[in-house]
Amino acid sequence: MSRKNETIQKSSLWEDSWKQLRKNRAAIAGLIILIILIIASAAAPLLTPYSFEQQDLALGASPPSASHWLGTDVLGRDLFTRLLYGGRTSFLVGICATVVSLLIGVPYGAISGYVGGRTDSIMMRIVDILYTMPFTILVIILMVVFGRNILLMFAAIGAIQWLVMARIIRGQVLALRKQAFVEAAVAIGASHRRIIFKHIIPNVLGIIIVYTTLTIPRVMLMETFLSFLGLGIQPPMSSWGLLIRDGASVMESYPWLLISPAIVFSLTLFSMNFLGDGLRDALDPRFSKGKS
Amino acid sequence: MNKTLLLIAALSVLCIAAGCARRETRVEAGNRDQILHLGNLSEPRDLDPHIVTGVSACNILSALLEGLVAEEPGKSGAAERWDVSSDGMVYTFHLRQNAKWSNGDPVTADDFVFSYQRILSPALGSPYAYMLHVLKNAKAFNTGELPDFGKVGVKAIDFQTLELTLESPTPSFLSQLNHWSWFPVHPPTILKHGAMDEMGTKWTAPENYVGNGPFKLKSWKQNSSIVVETNPHYWDRDTVRLKEIHFYPIGDHKIEERSFRAGQLHVTGTIPLERVQYYKDRHPELLRLDPYLRSYYYLLNVSKPPLNDPRVRKALALSIDREKIARYVTRSGEQPAFSFTPPHIGNYKPPTPFQRDIPAAKQLLAEAGYPNGEGFPELTLLFHTSDLHTRVAEVIQQMWKETLGIHIELENVEWKVYQSRRKNKVYEIARAEWVADYADPASFLEIWQTGGGNNHSGWSSPEYDRLIQKASQTLDETQRLETFRQAETILLNELPIIPLLFLPSKSLIQPSVKGWKPSILDHHPYKHIYLEAQER
Amino acid sequence: MVKFIIRRFFELIPVLLIAISITFFMVRLAPGGPFTAEKSFSEEAIARLNEHYGLDKPILVQYGNYLLNVVKGDLGPSFQYPSRTVNEIISESFPVSLELGAWAMLFAIVVGLVSGIVASLRPNTIQDHVPMGIAMTGICMPSFVLGPILILVFGLWLGWFNASGWETASDRVLPVITLGAAYAAYIARLTRGSMLEVLPSDYIRTARAKGLSEKAVILRHTLKNALLPVVSFLGPATAGIITGSFVVETIFNIPGMGRMFVLGAFNRDYTLILGLVVFFALLVVVFNAFVDILLGLLNPKTRQHS
Repeated sequence: MSRKNETIQKSSLWEDSWKQLRKNRAAIAGLIILIILIIASAAAPLLTPYSFEQQDLALGASPPSASHWLGTDVLGRDLFTRLLYGGRTSFLVGICATVVSLLIGVPYGAISGYVGGRTDSIMMRIVDILYTMPFTILVIILMVVFGRNILLMFAAIGAIQWLVMARIIRGQVLALRKQAFVEAAVAIGASHRRIIFKHIIPNVLGIIIVYTTLTIPRVMLMETFLSFLGLGIQPPMSSWGLLIRDGASVMESYPWLLISPAIVFSLTLFSMNFLGDGLRDALDPRFSKGKS
Repeated sequence: MNKTLLLIAALSVLCIAAGCARRETRVEAGNRDQILHLGNLSEPRDLDPHIVTGVSACNILSALLEGLVAEEPGKSGAAERWDVSSDGMVYTFHLRQNAKWSNGDPVTADDFVFSYQRILSPALGSPYAYMLHVLKNAKAFNTGELPDFGKVGVKAIDFQTLELTLESPTPSFLSQLNHWSWFPVHPPTILKHGAMDEMGTKWTAPENYVGNGPFKLKSWKQNSSIVVETNPHYWDRDTVRLKEIHFYPIGDHKIEERSFRAGQLHVTGTIPLERVQYYKDRHPELLRLDPYLRSYYYLLNVSKPPLNDPRVRKALALSIDREKIARYVTRSGEQPAFSFTPPHIGNYKPPTPFQRDIPAAKQLLAEAGYPNGEGFPELTLLFHTSDLHTRVAEVIQQMWKETLGIHIELENVEWKVYQSRRKNKVYEIARAEWVADYADPASFLEIWQTGGGNNHSGWSSPEYDRLIQKASQTLDETQRLETFRQAETILLNELPIIPLLFLPSKSLIQPSVKGWKPSILDHHPYKHIYLEAQER
Repeated sequence: MVKFIIRRFFELIPVLLIAISITFFMVRLAPGGPFTAEKSFSEEAIARLNEHYGLDKPILVQYGNYLLNVVKGDLGPSFQYPSRTVNEIISESFPVSLELGAWAMLFAIVVGLVSGIVASLRPNTIQDHVPMGIAMTGICMPSFVLGPILILVFGLWLGWFNASGWETASDRVLPVITLGAAYAAYIARLTRGSMLEVLPSDYIRTARAKGLSEKAVILRHTLKNALLPVVSFLGPATAGIITGSFVVETIFNIPGMGRMFVLGAFNRDYTLILGLVVFFALLVVVFNAFVDILLGLLNPKTRQHS
């Protein structure tokens, strides 16, 4: 196969995938909602006359009204505004920390499962050790050594989240390695790198996407615990996780403080999920092979 | 598939079974059987009065043990009566003939001598040993300088007479005796399970515990419940009407409140902030907000510029609207604080040399070189994570910004990090609070002496130290309180701290609980409490 | 198989040793010691306490002593609860977390597998969207929201259950559901995802072509392969779930190990944290060994080779 042919095929593969994705209405709806939410968070100051820290103590917690669309929190701050600003934190943390966990977890698990034997044992025992570490203490020490830092938060969350990812990928790869097409590739003398990236990773892509959509909400919620320890964001700034936690603690007295953050959070996750499923179907080599 | 169906079936049967019978709640059963269920905030470290710290342990110890005097000032406890020498230096306690330990042994003066020797033993490392430093030579013995306990001012004259000699006259001595560090322990039990000065032995296990209080330890399930039952040998057995008390360590206020509503608790340890208004409006009969000796304040690190300038400190203190915080943020009967000492300790009237005054605050800040906050360095306000502290900090941050034009960063950290940074003075402004150990201004004002173990501000005033020393040795009550007032005036003019609020003791209480009286130390002698279900 | 177990057993030793070593030095690095408190202990008192617990000795001596005691099975006294040893705390709190975790896991596996399989059989239909929608809600709904809602509805409004505690059998229901829900949702998503991967494979087509019944195809051929990622997830998840969940144990005031672990960290109870890490490491290694055996059994190819 000439180089030129390969590029043509590649681009048509992406085009196919995009065509495939466009047909999936749920996925496109998810994509649109996500884009809207991200833009709204980024453009928060343009969308609201209030600032996220501006208080109106005499007003206190008030239900949704014409001047405060989603109501106000116990210190009389506009919830709509706080949700928009909170989205910045949550998207940033959710996406960055998940990417960190993917970048470490996927290659680690793939190598461990692919190489196998003693290397696999050692690599997996390292995962076991890290998995047993007391996370709370680890975070507290990280803070003392490096100070409060948003990058550190990604590292801390990524450091814990990649472990399960690595185990899952490794289990999959272990099984794939023995399958006919991989053995065939080995037989014709393909390089390890080529086998891992051409044959193994595409076949675990589905599970990576599913697991990623599971990880993002976890990470967004984990941020609230880190904020409790002081590593996350500092008041009066907020995040969706913190808004939900605060809302849950006052849900009987002021239910609107839980409802709208919970809805926005769920909406985001549903959208990510539909998009994820759509992407998986679109990128699946078997699907496109069958269709083209 | 079959398994799922089975599980669903099993679950629904369980739910229906649970739902059909309107269950008798724990509180209802308790009312019938005189069993009191209490929310107790946290798991105590231990039940050894010489080891423990904190309110939750104190609540249980006051059921298990009894000091020389009783909770109510002037009422007798293990001692029937006492004499004080005319110079206020020697107290002679006459123990009750019928005072007994929960195993039937008589309570003797020697038991008290043993207990005081134990808490003062250097090897035990008791955190509250300093409470006994009022006794003659006690401090020297406690620090190990004096090896002979015979020289400490504790003596058993005979079987039932105990003589305590003080280092100097201490008018607040009798109220200090209420503190659990003065409670006796049963010597044979201690010695059976280890050496006298050995901490962490098994003597506090339910099967071993021997106490002299109205109740004895029945069971102790860690993080679950501690149960005490009537002590049949207690000298005032007939007064005690409760059969058992169950203490539940529920740290989360919301969970505690839900358990109360589910009929699992008679009394809660506190109330979540948001719920106070609800109870005020709907169920005022269940709500208790009582004055308490608890002062909420901000600590300033006076060694860090610009906080080394008293004018800056004063400007910060003058510009806070405490009324607003109490009314809109904390909302549970907190009082704005313009002094460190709460206003309801006996006859002591704390001075209030400053009030909220925005123009004066601006003026002071300008004099210090920061007109309208220009050039004011960015300071950080340190607190540990909690709803209350976060909200108060957010509001004060906003107040300082609006009135003085200065920006303060907020930094919330975890509890131990906060403690250690405060102690090592790695902070600029820090949230803090103080709960009195005994009902006397001394319990508040002594901490600000130079080099005091809890004086984390770094502030020092020789005049203040002198006045506190003088007050602690003044026998005349009026003169003593006046001296404390002078000292506190110095403190409030220098302001190494910014007083903010006096917090009340808050609890929810079922109407069936009788005899639960307000108490400024939040102590509630269980022997006077009983349960009476209302007529339906 | 015996060889595998023996090898895993010997791997356990370095894992434990490294886990202990890292934790041992790490806890001592965290600011604030076990005896830092709101009302400061006097310097002398802290010195005495340090002496009592051997914290005044050089750190390497402390380390050596600790290792020696661990070999003897003694995890030392708790710093926060002076009259209790770490062994006692674990033996009291682990059964509670184990019971809660085992029920929750059972709930999660049954609910998760069934809804995952049902959803995968007809992708992108109502049969897919309903269970997956519920699963997603389960993931979106953190336990600190789900728990209180369950308590409000079933505990306070309907009055069926207690709001907190771990005494009667009915006290188990709400915590099990709260803890199990998130895991069920995870398992459902993973199962559906990998079922969809496996269903179009050649050998499934072959099986269908051979005229096997749909039930046999799904249960015998598809599910077996589709379970791989679920099983990989279950290893660490089971070790995690039976050692307790801080959030769920706190919401329902359950005296389990998860709370002990986090409170131990907050209290800087060095020996307690270390003891729990040792115990947890043991469980993780054991469960992951299980998982590896299971993976081997589920995957016919690896079995043929070994």
